[in-house]
Amino acid sequence: MKSFLDGLIEGSALLGAVPRGLVYTTGILLACSGVLLLVSLFAGEIVWMERRISGRIQARIGPNRVGPQGLLQFLADGVKLMAKEDVIPSSADRLVFLIAPYIVFTGVFAAFAAIPLGAGLVPANLTFGLFYVLAITSVEVVGVIMAGWASNSKWSILGTMREVAQVISYEMPLAISALTVAVLAGSLNLTEIVDQQQGWVWQWWVFRSPATFVGFFLFFTAALAALKRAPFDLPEAESELVAGFHTEYTGFRFAIFFLAEYAGMFLFSVLTVVLFFGGWHPGVPVSLTTGVGRALSFLVLFAKSVFFISVMIWIRWSLPRYRVDKVMYLCYKVLLPWSVAAMVVAALQVLLTGGR
Amino acid sequence: MSHEPVPSVPQVLGVVAPAVPPVVDAADLARALEERSMGQALRTEELVVNMGPQHPSTHGVLRVVIKTDGEVVTALQPHIGNLHRCVEKIGESLPYYQWLPYVDRMDYLAAINNEHGACIAIERLAGIVVPERAEYIRVILAEVQRVASHIFAMGVYGLDTGAITPFLHTFRERERGLDLLDHIAGGRLLYHVIRIGGVKRDLSPEWIDECHAFLDAVEQRLPEYNTLLLDNHIFQERTCNIGVIPPALAVGWGVTGPALRASGVDWDTRRDAPYGIYDRFQFDVPIAHSGVAGVVGDCFHRHWVRFKETEQAIRIARQALRDLPPGEIQAKLPKTLKPPKGEVYVRVENPRGELAYWMVADGTDKAWRIRCRGPSFSNIGVMTDVARGALIADLVALMGSLDIVLGEVDR
Repeated sequence: MKSFLDGLIEGSALLGAVPRGLVYTTGILLACSGVLLLVSLFAGEIVWMERRISGRIQARIGPNRVGPQGLLQFLADGVKLMAKEDVIPSSADRLVFLIAPYIVFTGVFAAFAAIPLGAGLVPANLTFGLFYVLAITSVEVVGVIMAGWASNSKWSILGTMREVAQVISYEMPLAISALTVAVLAGSLNLTEIVDQQQGWVWQWWVFRSPATFVGFFLFFTAALAALKRAPFDLPEAESELVAGFHTEYTGFRFAIFFLAEYAGMFLFSVLTVVLFFGGWHPGVPVSLTTGVGRALSFLVLFAKSVFFISVMIWIRWSLPRYRVDKVMYLCYKVLLPWSVAAMVVAALQVLLTGGR
Repeated sequence: MSHEPVPSVPQVLGVVAPAVPPVVDAADLARALEERSMGQALRTEELVVNMGPQHPSTHGVLRVVIKTDGEVVTALQPHIGNLHRCVEKIGESLPYYQWLPYVDRMDYLAAINNEHGACIAIERLAGIVVPERAEYIRVILAEVQRVASHIFAMGVYGLDTGAITPFLHTFRERERGLDLLDHIAGGRLLYHVIRIGGVKRDLSPEWIDECHAFLDAVEQRLPEYNTLLLDNHIFQERTCNIGVIPPALAVGWGVTGPALRASGVDWDTRRDAPYGIYDRFQFDVPIAHSGVAGVVGDCFHRHWVRFKETEQAIRIARQALRDLPPGEIQAKLPKTLKPPKGEVYVRVENPRGELAYWMVADGTDKAWRIRCRGPSFSNIGVMTDVARGALIADLVALMGSLDIVLGEVDR
């Protein structure tokens, strides 16, 4: 980001006259709002996608009235939710209840700061990008605990208990399976990891080692659980816990939970693509670093992540829900040993072949 | 007017209804919980949760008060009565003809079967002989209704276990069945088409063709539903060995219908105490056996029995369509029906179990006393014994597998 802004300042006489600090601040604010807008828009369209795909799966049509093919449905939904009364239960812990949705929202959206959305299109090119993303998404759990506790509702508490147990547990296999790539790539920088996958399809990390191949499936499964997506949607299990931790939330605050959930889907799909499926590289040796190429690189990444989002949607509308103890079993007795094994294999591979 | 005595389930099976054994000993559970909480180091509390009456998976307005330790249900008490509509009492203050529409509203997912039983009871009281064709039409309608009800129950069970899609798939086929009944009765859910002494409308050849098409469609779709639920690994994990009702416990609580057969008890009112013309048809009574998955009497088997019964209902309906004789569809009846003094107890196989009517006539145009025995009401009770020690998710799975309809629990 800084180098990009420096380049702008060098190249423009107008910007060169303005104090550098002001340019940096404005640039960062613009980038932040750009990412925020983009991700919110995508999250909204993912909601539409989910509803249309589920409609197809369930032999019905789905929303197709607002905008072309119903593309603007999320706006109508948003307006509806904002027009609703923001009910705060009288027995709720008011302050905590009010800020909880924003913490959940922050946890997801802050992660996008380090996510490269295309060649050079990264707000903050952190050297420890992967670590940052996995760490900052954990903040979401804090928001969920706050929401569940502050609601002072029994269903919320039960949902929160499930959420905390599940998300914290699944972060281990999630992180360890993501690290298989990091170990082989020798970097935690997401842009660097993507750049190593340039070229043909078999240069993608998922195909370059048995460890990463297994790691992808472990990562995707753990991501589903960390996102509370079916079949691991226990924290909000509708048929059991009414709506779990957001039972008492209405209107705009509910919409924020919703938005965070779908932004999370987008986040983990992009992360899957970046780590395992070549990021913005289309799988043929072309360079996408020039002006038009950058736009194209973004589209490639976007198309790939849409694929993984569709898989998530497909899974959700096909499978029944796991039971709470089976979810824990799956985490600690299946995913965790396998991801550790994949990690060890990756480490051995680096040891024996010198990496790459 | 009397009727031949019908043997009861325990008589037929030669078992004596036992005292209900507690599945989990409360003291044991308390001790285990204390051990787990390491004495005084960590204070734990039981959480009393009201499940319902506004809860997505209590299938209506059932209220279950559950005591939970974390996710484990330590005690539960179903509270019923939120949908009480005095169906029995209304029957004592209305002429027989006028009472029939109220019967539809008991088990609103199987209205035809309710009507069928009520009409047979009144006909036995008054000594009315139903024309042959009407009897066949009744069986056809009842079995179409049974197919619709069973596939609906299977879909809703998917909803309970967290799979939303099977619900909409079964709904699609059920809708065709309801359309069929709609063509005959003019209503989608509550028909009032089986009348005392016959049926309201005759079946047209087009209707019969459409009925065949519906039965074929369901038969074709059943394997598809199974790929979504019965054969699904997660579904099996959710339902196998969960909510096991041993045969003795089932008989002790008066559980009937698919839930009873899922416990391995071989009893179907249509076969063992035939009413109407059910003794003329060839059909099997699917009984749970341990060769599928899980253990006999668990949630999985209740779903499995429902699936198998749907196939059998299709079979019966096809036979009835094939043998449908020509002729009258309505017996000649007086303007006011005044059955002679007497009482009658009639039991029919509702999709949910054994629905029975006890009617006492005092020679007027109104019944002196009507009592209905609803299968859902009996099936709901067994929950208190089976659900103890289960997880909340299992409780939902158990409730869904019993397939209760609150309209008929409360009547």
